[in-house]
Amino acid sequence: MERLPLERKVLSENDRIAAGLRERFAENDILCLNLISSPGSGKTSLLERTLESFDPSERVAVLTGDIQTENDAKRLARSGFPVKQITTGGTCHLDARMIEKGLAGWNLECIDLLLIENVGNLVCPSSYDLGEAAKVVVFSVTEGEDKPLKYPSIFFKSQLMVLNKIDLLPYVPFDVELAVRNARQIHRDMEIVRTSCQTREGLGDWLSWLARQRKKPRAAAPVS
Amino acid sequence: MHEMGIASSVLDAVRAEARRFPNGHVYKVVLRIGALAGVDPDAVSFCFGALVLGSGLEPLALEIEYRSRQHVCAACGRSFAAANEDSACPECGSADAVFSGGDELEIAYLEVEDGAPAARA
Repeated sequence: MERLPLERKVLSENDRIAAGLRERFAENDILCLNLISSPGSGKTSLLERTLESFDPSERVAVLTGDIQTENDAKRLARSGFPVKQITTGGTCHLDARMIEKGLAGWNLECIDLLLIENVGNLVCPSSYDLGEAAKVVVFSVTEGEDKPLKYPSIFFKSQLMVLNKIDLLPYVPFDVELAVRNARQIHRDMEIVRTSCQTREGLGDWLSWLARQRKKPRAAAPVS
Repeated sequence: MHEMGIASSVLDAVRAEARRFPNGHVYKVVLRIGALAGVDPDAVSFCFGALVLGSGLEPLALEIEYRSRQHVCAACGRSFAAANEDSACPECGSADAVFSGGDELEIAYLEVEDGAPAARA
């Protein structure tokens, strides 16, 4: 009997494709962000507000994932920017190959910012590298303050937490300080912004974070 | 929720490695799953068992090495395996700790019987 050490990630094939994407993003100076949240936390609304804020000359594109329907792509396409829906048919996350396919037909030289809206799920998307420069977790105040403790992996791997729907704070028993404390327990240095896509409060903080990321040089290695 | 895909990736890796042992047999694969990997070990085992049947790789067992969540104490810096999110530091008793690991999803090793490995391609 022989023991053969492998020490290989189970998802090494996905990681290999993601590394290829990351290289292509770096070559074309594209900032790619992977937005992850529970279903209904407001990823699409946040993207709608984000796209609205951009001048039409901005070179921005969106890939949006869902299990079924083209609804999100239709909503986001109203912005006039290129948007493509990835319908997974049942898979609960996007993987690097789906991104590779989704990008087919787009000239990457004409994109500066690629926003990926993952399938609404806090579990599986955290395992799949999509070649992004950063993961962003969206967490809304209609959820429990303990969400970061329940789903630590995604909060640990995200560079930014967007605490969304803050316009609803007067109507829901949500303790913002407790939620932030829980998030910091999982990821001490995570940046946090508080937003409302209805009143637009805090959207400036999110947009400035985005602008700061766009100025950073593109890393060739994965950021987790 | 994506355990079938995980099991299938593990089987693909075993299949690739098995080619290096034309005269031997891989009979066990050890998978390391962290408490926070978001993967259910029982579901992976179940899916794996179903995929192995008829794969030509039988008999092939899956063993799961479970890794608990890891914390670093914010007060004294000690790293420790934590039972849950508010486990106190075994060194100084502080409950102020940060999450540092336990989300692995890795194939640790294979057990192979007989046959010298073919040269790596």
